[in-house]
Amino acid sequence: MAFKGVDYLLIDSQFSEQELMVRQTARQFIDDKVMPRIKQAWNEGQGFQDLAREMGALGFLGANLEGYGCAGMSNVEYGLLMQEIERGDSGLRSFVSVQGALVMYPIMTYGSDAQKEKWLPKLASGEAIGCFGLTEPDFGSNPAGMKTRAVLDGSDWVLNGEKTWITNGSLADVAVVWARTPDGIRGFLVERGTPGYSTSDIHGKLSMRASVTSSLAFSDCRVSQENMLPNGKGLKAPLGCLTQARFGIGWGVIGAAMDCYETARQYTILRKQFDDKPIASHQLVQEKLAVMITEITKAQLLALHCGRLKDEGKLDAAHVSMLKRNNVAMALDCARLSRDLLGGNGIMDDYPIMRHLCNLETVKTYEGTDHIHTLVIGERVTGIAAYK
Amino acid sequence: MKIIVAIKQVPARDSQLKIQSGAQWIEEDDLTFEINEPDAYALEEALQLKEKHGGEVVALCLGPARAASTIREALAKGADRAIHISEESINGLDTLAVAKLLAGAIKSEAPDLVLTGLQSDDLGYGQAGVVLAELLGVPHATIIMQVSIEGGTLRVKRELEDGWFQFVTMPLPAVLTIQSGINKLRYATLMGIKKAKTKEIKVLSAADAGGAGTAVSTLDRVYVPLRTKVSTIFEGDAKSTAAQLVEKLKFEVRVL
Repeated sequence: MAFKGVDYLLIDSQFSEQELMVRQTARQFIDDKVMPRIKQAWNEGQGFQDLAREMGALGFLGANLEGYGCAGMSNVEYGLLMQEIERGDSGLRSFVSVQGALVMYPIMTYGSDAQKEKWLPKLASGEAIGCFGLTEPDFGSNPAGMKTRAVLDGSDWVLNGEKTWITNGSLADVAVVWARTPDGIRGFLVERGTPGYSTSDIHGKLSMRASVTSSLAFSDCRVSQENMLPNGKGLKAPLGCLTQARFGIGWGVIGAAMDCYETARQYTILRKQFDDKPIASHQLVQEKLAVMITEITKAQLLALHCGRLKDEGKLDAAHVSMLKRNNVAMALDCARLSRDLLGGNGIMDDYPIMRHLCNLETVKTYEGTDHIHTLVIGERVTGIAAYK
Repeated sequence: MKIIVAIKQVPARDSQLKIQSGAQWIEEDDLTFEINEPDAYALEEALQLKEKHGGEVVALCLGPARAASTIREALAKGADRAIHISEESINGLDTLAVAKLLAGAIKSEAPDLVLTGLQSDDLGYGQAGVVLAELLGVPHATIIMQVSIEGGTLRVKRELEDGWFQFVTMPLPAVLTIQSGINKLRYATLMGIKKAKTKEIKVLSAADAGGAGTAVSTLDRVYVPLRTKVSTIFEGDAKSTAAQLVEKLKFEVRVL
């Protein structure tokens, strides 16, 4: 059934006609191409990489970037796109987020003209897939401690180290890899098939099953100097990418929350117990629905305000921490409340709720854990960095 | 090849409709509007014909100011430009008036082909395309399921009843009314949505389009179909009540 949207507070009146048209394209695409097969994809642990070219043709990949075949959307339009995609599945949204915010964005922002010309048109069209290698087995929340090293040997850089929890890792034609050099942390473009570069998929995930997650290994992996991103130096370069991706997550999870809420709302109206009355007629059920719609609405307003600030160039990383932390926690709460309202059916794969719930557990942790974002907000209001 | 597609903006499907006081139309304030479904297929057919044969697709819409959003959607999907006959009170127009205004806007364009949906989802008269062809003085065919053009000749497949089809060969220019499902609708790409802003929308008044003239039919009353539910209980043994039921199903309900 076609999704009609969730809009308690007439928030649609705040969107332009063009913004609503972008959302409509994304909504239709997800209803047509993702909803019919998400259950099977999840159960079989299959990603949606076969949709890459179609999503590229529609302008979904790197949508808020300008030039090189990108759609040049505003950040609010990009946010609405993420919302609709994650209404489908967080794994698909991760695929699109990584491609746009963590691969195309750093090449666009830190790359040379030759790197941009080589990769951006192919990544925008979905002909090439990318991944982003920052996290390591021993360094998650503290990437400053990374062990992966790059050493200059003649005209080549030689990389050694390991990256893990890499979305799209084994699918990627190009990996944006961050490594310590004598000159500080730098980004490198490592192409699939480069000797010394290998990937292996992480199996046994009970979350993000419709998404490929891998480890990347570099063993005396040689790349030429032209493969180093020339214009990004230090940890702030990869963190700048993550701020882009987290902005998309802050919008995306609203979609997952909407899918849970709308499923629960419809279910409780149809499901009858005690004297043939819908369970939605009970106060404890209505309370959960009221909490959910209120929290979704607040999250929508937070995301919209952040989107407008970003379009004005005023959104900073600490703002995005609030957006990501609040909205992910909100979505996870909605998934849990919805699961409760569906009773036993809440755990079944005929309904989207348990899938969203499991996915959102990942979203709570990746791209800056809930804890770290809490401490970023704490640092902003106290001036004291508690995580150092 | 120049193709004009006449599109209409109608209330979104599954809308909760409320009748205006005075029963002349529905309350429009809380409704969302979208392109009339068969018109969406007509637009898609025009875009596919352009991809095959080259030329230009012009979207033509008669409607109030709010119809601009549907026009821009047509431009986002790939129409090259649009003509908007801006008329706030289209619900007071009869089919002849609608066709006159459309014909008035089309004549100076001299298109090779005019496509439109076979009917509108709101009024559902199914006549605008046919009357339009008459006013333009060109041939028409209705309920079209397939269109091919070879050497200036049109060959179309019409849907008849009971699974029958009719193939018709006809000259150009012509008017075709398109059946839903004839093709696969495309999405408006994000690039297309952005580009739509730069495309031309020519706005005409009803007078610019030659005027609507005097209505020859009027809409008397809009009302929700009345419930006339009557229960019948069959008396007698199983055999005779079954026979009565079969008779009802055969001759009254006509499902057997």
